[in-house]
Amino acid sequence: MGKLISKIPEGPLAQKWTKYKASVKLVNPANKKKLDIIIIGTGLSGAGAASTLGELGYNVKSFCYQDSPRRAHSVAAQGGINAAKNYQNDGDSVYRLFYDMIKGGDYRAREGNVYRAAEVSNQVIDHYTALGVPFARDYGGTLDTRSFGGVQVSRTFYSSGQTGQQCLLGAYSSLNRQIKKGNVTLYPRREMLDLVVIDGKARGIIARNLITGEIERHSAHAVILATGGYGTIYYLSTLAVNSNPSAAWKAHKKGAFFANPSFIQIHPTSIPQLNEFQSKLTLMSESLRNDGRIWVPKAKGDKRPANEIPEEERDYYLERRYPTFGNLVPRDVASRAAKERCDAGYGVGETGLAVNLDFRDSIKKMGKKVIENRYGNLFHMYKNITGIDPYVEPMRIYPAGHYTMGGLWVDYELMTTIPGLYAVGEANFSDHGANRLGASSLMQASGDGYFILPVTINNYLSDEIKVPKITTDSPEFEAAEKEVVERLNKLISIKGKKSAGEFHKRLGKIMWDYCGMVRNEEGLKKALVLIDELRKEFWSDLNVPGTVNEVNQELEKAGRIADYFEVAELLVTDAINRKESCGAHFREEFQTPDGEAMRNDEEFCYVSAWEYAGEDQPHILHKEELHFEEVEMKVRSYK
Amino acid sequence: MKLTLKIWRQKNAKSKGNFETYQMDSVSPEMAFLEMLDSLNKRLVEADKDPVAFDHDCREGICGSCGMYINGHPHGPVPAITTCHLSMRFFKDGETVWIEPWRAKPFPVIKDLIVDRTAFDKIQTAGGYISINTGAAPDANNIPVNKQNSDKAFDSAVCIGCGACVAACKNASAMLFVSAKVSQFALLPQGRIEAKERVKAMVDMMDEVGFGNCSNTGACEAECPKEIKISNIARMNREFFKAF
Repeated sequence: MGKLISKIPEGPLAQKWTKYKASVKLVNPANKKKLDIIIIGTGLSGAGAASTLGELGYNVKSFCYQDSPRRAHSVAAQGGINAAKNYQNDGDSVYRLFYDMIKGGDYRAREGNVYRAAEVSNQVIDHYTALGVPFARDYGGTLDTRSFGGVQVSRTFYSSGQTGQQCLLGAYSSLNRQIKKGNVTLYPRREMLDLVVIDGKARGIIARNLITGEIERHSAHAVILATGGYGTIYYLSTLAVNSNPSAAWKAHKKGAFFANPSFIQIHPTSIPQLNEFQSKLTLMSESLRNDGRIWVPKAKGDKRPANEIPEEERDYYLERRYPTFGNLVPRDVASRAAKERCDAGYGVGETGLAVNLDFRDSIKKMGKKVIENRYGNLFHMYKNITGIDPYVEPMRIYPAGHYTMGGLWVDYELMTTIPGLYAVGEANFSDHGANRLGASSLMQASGDGYFILPVTINNYLSDEIKVPKITTDSPEFEAAEKEVVERLNKLISIKGKKSAGEFHKRLGKIMWDYCGMVRNEEGLKKALVLIDELRKEFWSDLNVPGTVNEVNQELEKAGRIADYFEVAELLVTDAINRKESCGAHFREEFQTPDGEAMRNDEEFCYVSAWEYAGEDQPHILHKEELHFEEVEMKVRSYK
Repeated sequence: MKLTLKIWRQKNAKSKGNFETYQMDSVSPEMAFLEMLDSLNKRLVEADKDPVAFDHDCREGICGSCGMYINGHPHGPVPAITTCHLSMRFFKDGETVWIEPWRAKPFPVIKDLIVDRTAFDKIQTAGGYISINTGAAPDANNIPVNKQNSDKAFDSAVCIGCGACVAACKNASAMLFVSAKVSQFALLPQGRIEAKERVKAMVDMMDEVGFGNCSNTGACEAECPKEIKISNIARMNREFFKAF
């Protein structure tokens, strides 16, 4: 395992980051200007890193596939952003936030990284507030918080149900300031199609201009991937439909290990699929479970309208199975329970793939007004999409792919296994273990981008100050560009009959059925066969109209889906390898007699980091053993 | 249901566009508008024809990517929603639906329904920020903010930058968009410090990139999917006058 050196600093947990910062190498201001940094993605981690590195004086090039950085998918986060401020005086602390994350992640994350994420969370809130992010406030003018995701403290800062949007627009504003100053150059509507590695170091990218189709070479002394996750592998997910892991996957194929790919969070409360053309599953905040009761009919295939089913014929299955936590069990547990009922034939709606989330009792008890104040905007959105009024009838909900805890393997400095290549935010694997707690993705992405990477990257760049501007005329750039062009031409010249989207949809179904909320070895092995068959069909029956030298959205999609076949294989491979149930990864073979997840700490208390070994070669598994020095490993129970 | 679509097709910025007619025979009322277009595109791709290009991403009304003129309204005939949230329930069997890109000089058409909105980014870059470096912020509760102002700032800050206000305006004015950002910061103590420089810089850039002036018709407010209020424009004007 020699290749995986996590570089966690020595010393007590609470002093690691302070100690690291005090001893990290620095780059003097005059030298910073000579160093180029490429950042892919403009979400909270990407825009945060770009603006901060710009402020420090580096020469930053920022890329996004959208027409504007303000549209990165961080924008869609609803609930809030955690920080250990303890403004409520309710006993919160950095340690408690750290502990909740480690436990919530089912003991599959690194203590050192998680502690640091908790530590910088307070600075993140300070910074966003200073940037003018309008977080909710109390009448005295101080910041308000709410509790979230079943923890015992109130540490979630929020802006109504649009916290991600407000934080992202804050990050976008700080990015704009550096663009105006000339420290950051923005390249919108660009898609990274390959990473260029020279003498073992990340030195640049090949990008496609999505307007002109032109293939561009960009060089830098370091490359940062802030490209988000791979949740759209299920086709239907809560993610933006163009979110994709292709940039990370290209980097993986150039030598960056991919860690814990099978750890994907399925969010329990999204609006279910309504028709076969559906492209997206809209999230309904999990806060709804505070006042809504989840149920299905007791009789199989009962197609009566929900309101006509009398109380005694309803099965409030979460309350039945988990009397202590009831409807407030964690996301993974609630998702699996919904699937279990629907698979057994008790689901509601035309497809039978939905359960009721009923506000009848809460409305009766507290009145419509109270419910409207709490959830008015969500009810409005729900009615808009489905045509059903949740004040009158229960909402129908079903789980949906939401967030990927897995991602590129990084060390404490957020560097991947390719020197000079970094991964931040959801694109890396490091802080959420096997399951992410609510409101901690904004926190981690912002912490990585604003406060961690801009410190750690100096350690690498201090050795790069003598390296002159990287030329893009080298054979490595030449070869990478050639490969990119060949692949685009290959995609466009198949001239089959089917659209890229159709393949994505079918791949998504395979992944959802066999590698979704519940997995077993037989299904996973079957998935590998099906993925391989579909991939062959893709490469022989895809059609991409038009040319490569123009706006061609089908070509963009096709390239991403081609990568997704490979990502899917690795994901399934990782799920087969991990013969335990932990967090969001639930293997049917490994459960307690009453159907709960059963971890195997003896054999699987490690990060699985996969090395790409070449076309059609099996990936090579590297294990980073996890050591828990501060926290004692326990079994989660919600009975 | 059956629909006749009249869609603006334009190969690129330089070519002249025109409306093409497409018959849709089986549109489900449960589809979202963009999913209806997805199904048209699937059909076109399978017939090796060029699919209709349009911007879209989150498909939950928050990223601001999507936007098209539908039957004479930005984001379609239903108030307070984006195109991606527009359900086909709101259309009738047999209806003809006209679909066009935003039409405004500062938003040139790139292809079909995609327009170039970088003019918006230029305005934000000119001054849509508070100048504070990472690490320099005081403790968040050291900046108390009156709750009413904070809530108002939030109401202005929910703008998604889609461009519907410009498309709706007969003058192609971006005043609603610009004033939303100016207002957000003007209402917060953090933003007051450089309020004068900000409003001048943003208004100057707004004029420079070619947006028109406001003549108080209120079309922007009526069509804004996020219900940004025209009172923001009044506030921006006050801020602007105070800046000299």
